[in-house]
Amino acid sequence: MYQTVYHRASSVDEAVALFSKSSEAKFLAGGQTLLPVMKQRLASPTDVIDLGKIKELQGVELSGDVLTIKAGTTYFDIMQNADVKKATPAIAYLTSVLGDPAVRYRGTIGGSIANNDPAADFPAALLALGATVKTNKRSITADDFFQGLFTTALEDGELITAVSFPVPAKAGYEKMRHPASRFALTGVFVAQTKSGEVRVAATGASQSGVMRVPAIETALKANWSPSAIDSVSISASNLLADIHGTAEYRANLIKVMAQRAVAAAR
Amino acid sequence: MGVEGIGASVVRKEDKRFITGKGRYVDDIKLQGMTHAHFIRSPHAHAKVKGIDSSAALKMPGVVAVLTGQEIVDDKVGNLICGWAITSKDGSPMKMGAWPAMAPETVRFVGQAVAVVIAETKNLARDAAEAVVVNYEELPAVADVHAAIKSGAPQLHPEAPGNQVYDWVIGDEGATDAAFAKAANVVKLDVTNNRLAPNAMEPRAAIADYDSAEEHFTLYTTSQNPHVARLVLSAFYNIAPEHKLRVIAPDVGGGFGSKIFIYPEEMVALWASKKVGRPVKWTGDRTEAFLTDAHGRDHVTHAEMAFDANNKITGLKVKTYANFGAYMSLFSSSVPTYLYATLLSGQYNIPAIHAEVVGVYTNTTPVDAYRGAGRPEASYLIERLMETAARQLKVDPAALRRTNFITTFPHQTPVIMAYDTGDFNASLDAAMKAIDYAGFAGRKAKAKADGKLRGIGVSCYIEACGIAPSKAVGSLGAGVGLWESAEVRVNPVGTIEVLTGSHSHGQGHETTFCQLVAERLGVPISQVSIVHGDTDKVQFGMGTYGSRSAAVGLTAILKAMEKMESKAKKIAAHALEASEGDIVIENGEFKVAGTDKAIAFPMVALAAYTAHNLPDGMEPGLKESAFYDPTNFTFPAGTYICELEVDAGTGKTSFVNFVAADDFGRLINPMIVEGQVHGGLAQGIGQALLEHAIYDASGQPVTASFMDYAMPRADDLPSFNLSHTTTLCPGNPLGIKGCGEAGAIGASAAVINAITDAIGKNNLEMPATPDRVWRTIHAA
Repeated sequence: MYQTVYHRASSVDEAVALFSKSSEAKFLAGGQTLLPVMKQRLASPTDVIDLGKIKELQGVELSGDVLTIKAGTTYFDIMQNADVKKATPAIAYLTSVLGDPAVRYRGTIGGSIANNDPAADFPAALLALGATVKTNKRSITADDFFQGLFTTALEDGELITAVSFPVPAKAGYEKMRHPASRFALTGVFVAQTKSGEVRVAATGASQSGVMRVPAIETALKANWSPSAIDSVSISASNLLADIHGTAEYRANLIKVMAQRAVAAAR
Repeated sequence: MGVEGIGASVVRKEDKRFITGKGRYVDDIKLQGMTHAHFIRSPHAHAKVKGIDSSAALKMPGVVAVLTGQEIVDDKVGNLICGWAITSKDGSPMKMGAWPAMAPETVRFVGQAVAVVIAETKNLARDAAEAVVVNYEELPAVADVHAAIKSGAPQLHPEAPGNQVYDWVIGDEGATDAAFAKAANVVKLDVTNNRLAPNAMEPRAAIADYDSAEEHFTLYTTSQNPHVARLVLSAFYNIAPEHKLRVIAPDVGGGFGSKIFIYPEEMVALWASKKVGRPVKWTGDRTEAFLTDAHGRDHVTHAEMAFDANNKITGLKVKTYANFGAYMSLFSSSVPTYLYATLLSGQYNIPAIHAEVVGVYTNTTPVDAYRGAGRPEASYLIERLMETAARQLKVDPAALRRTNFITTFPHQTPVIMAYDTGDFNASLDAAMKAIDYAGFAGRKAKAKADGKLRGIGVSCYIEACGIAPSKAVGSLGAGVGLWESAEVRVNPVGTIEVLTGSHSHGQGHETTFCQLVAERLGVPISQVSIVHGDTDKVQFGMGTYGSRSAAVGLTAILKAMEKMESKAKKIAAHALEASEGDIVIENGEFKVAGTDKAIAFPMVALAAYTAHNLPDGMEPGLKESAFYDPTNFTFPAGTYICELEVDAGTGKTSFVNFVAADDFGRLINPMIVEGQVHGGLAQGIGQALLEHAIYDASGQPVTASFMDYAMPRADDLPSFNLSHTTTLCPGNPLGIKGCGEAGAIGASAAVINAITDAIGKNNLEMPATPDRVWRTIHAA
């Protein structure tokens, strides 16, 4: 790790102010990506602004048909939260298969989506559920927020404060775990909104990061059942390929995981 | 046996310090004035080092020195050696390129060190290393074994034309050809034994401390065999004469073979410590472990097995290409030859075997012994062949094995090994019973009805352990003897220190070795200490690998104990005014048999040291030592059967059951044996399903972190169902065979045999990743 200046912010305003005063600052949430990268000397922020003690970034609220998860809430706390389990059990399930216990105790939803790793689990949930990302400046729809590999709509120094999820009629998530990293080799989140819209998002599969899967959405809109996906054809072009999965395999996984997510959806 | 004697599952004495964080590993040691080393490593698989500019680095804060490969060569530090000479079939000696501790001219794998920065802290050394400019001229590289032997392939070493280290043969080619000519059936198989990264929990580390007044070096290092390290550093690397070099291997966090070898970093630390006049510490990180710890396996093999009309094996032909990486590591040459081809008879009566092994250089990390070392490759090949044969011949795989089992002992195989004892039917029976083999067809049918692909796979392994009779290995080219030494020191108050040349880096010697003393004397193990891992304390020893510590090391302790007990009996007899022949040892007392006359062991010890009333002519003291050289290898064997289901949609494997029936001879501590089997099975299953050290065509490692290299986690593994069928080893007085490697040797074939049974296709390489299994299922 290179030398850096550590700050512990006590409010969002303080964190943002610290950021603007630093030359190359990074916000530190759970540190599950930033710290390993810094240890490998692949990142060298002049300043690290720890968000871990900011109370306004912690917690979950269920208000009517909107579930709001504050950005600094850890996966473990999301997984255990009664409102999450009640409103959208698929989110609780997603966190239970995310990483390993050590990651779940430290990692946060805000950190995950800000990083937008192409194989992270949460971006699929946001995209499929039509969530809204709240920052210190504005609200951004999930469709606009995720802009490709490790790229988001966030501006320099803009800080995610919360994510609001419309409570769906039904939702499910299934994932094939990457055997080494436990990220999603491919994960598919399926959701049926209360107005009957169907949204399906796949992570870990595309070279462009998390993506909607229109062919499966169309099939499920016509018939919300695993068998409706049988005849869907998923192209392997533009899908990721690496030592753990060919593009063809990932194309297959999009279908299979979608079918299983529909079967598991509640 | 007493409650702490042989056969008791005594809780491990060493675990208190390990579990409470009180273990003392190399990196925990801090010496006065210590500096820190950071190596500058090649990012290229093959390149000329055209120049190293360290001028900017030398001006950076805390930098003590920047030392290069040319300097270590100029100072005449020896090149790394390979300690086992192999002769090719044409009679020529193996062809080895030079391996300097840091590369002065040419780098041949990613991660090879070209220079080292010595600085006040680890971070300052790392900062300065980034300022060292190394000018490389890239050369074409080759990582794949078949590509490396093609004409026109990039050449690694001028000494080894065609990148060929040796072309070695074993067995009777004529007799084997004749068997094939008469065969009723021939079964053919191509298999790859995937390259593995050892990944001990503790990365390698070294601290070198040169005392200029005494001209004496101390090396703290992560070694499985500190005495061998001292010998090699002295005799071949010109570091210092043996009496001027102390090697200490304190607590060591796992080795699996990778810490047998003496690595460049230890040599550089010693040399640099003298050069800078201060202690030098190096602790590798995980990336360095992936890049520089000797890898394991990496064979590509074609094999054919001949059967007669009664399904009896009549012959076996094997041709293996072994990828050695860029340099010949310390024992690498022996792994695909004498540790592999000599086990190709498996548990079977095979009248004729011929094997050819071609050793090949590639631009990859050097490959050497890794848990099992050659024997997993042999066992995997034979057990995949037997399964393939059963499918081709349409017979039950267990029955085919039974038809061919060796049932009379001793049995001389056509490939050197003479099996001393065993009962292969017993372990097969036990495993089949444990997994309800007879009921499998019903379970498979039910699974099919539920849409699941269920399979069962058998693996009957044998290994040669208790390494090794010195004369035998000497005749085969080994540069060392493979005996073990021990010393039993009884203190004046009767507590006992046992000094051993074996080294514990997870095996539990501090408990099991005490159990032998408890068994012999009836004293509690709390009164016994095991001393190991320090060349100043222990006279000499050959270390721990090849499942040898109990069979060889503990037998040496037994021999020393017998000598000590013999003298103690004389003292006791003298004190009790009885005949020496009437003295028996019971519950910590020396008794006159059949009487109530007794003297407690501490009183015997005290008498030995006060020397007030010893038998005439007896020397004072109670301390004896012994060297034990085994007369044969030992032959642990057993059957593993795996039942699993494959998810056709994803190719993912889920275990249903995994049973192991092992014959390890006598067990000292069944709990520790169980732990050894669990760990070995985890590594064998890891190889079968997950682990693979991959290089791209240009020699760049693709799997240099745990984000890409899949180490087995607990939830990747089944709950193991273990049992033992015991035949005592006749080769050593305790009847021990060894248990450290069995799981890693036998497990992978059981898994692959089960998956291929489940999916109904025989050809599937390791690791059987979900992607690979899915593609195999859906291949035309």
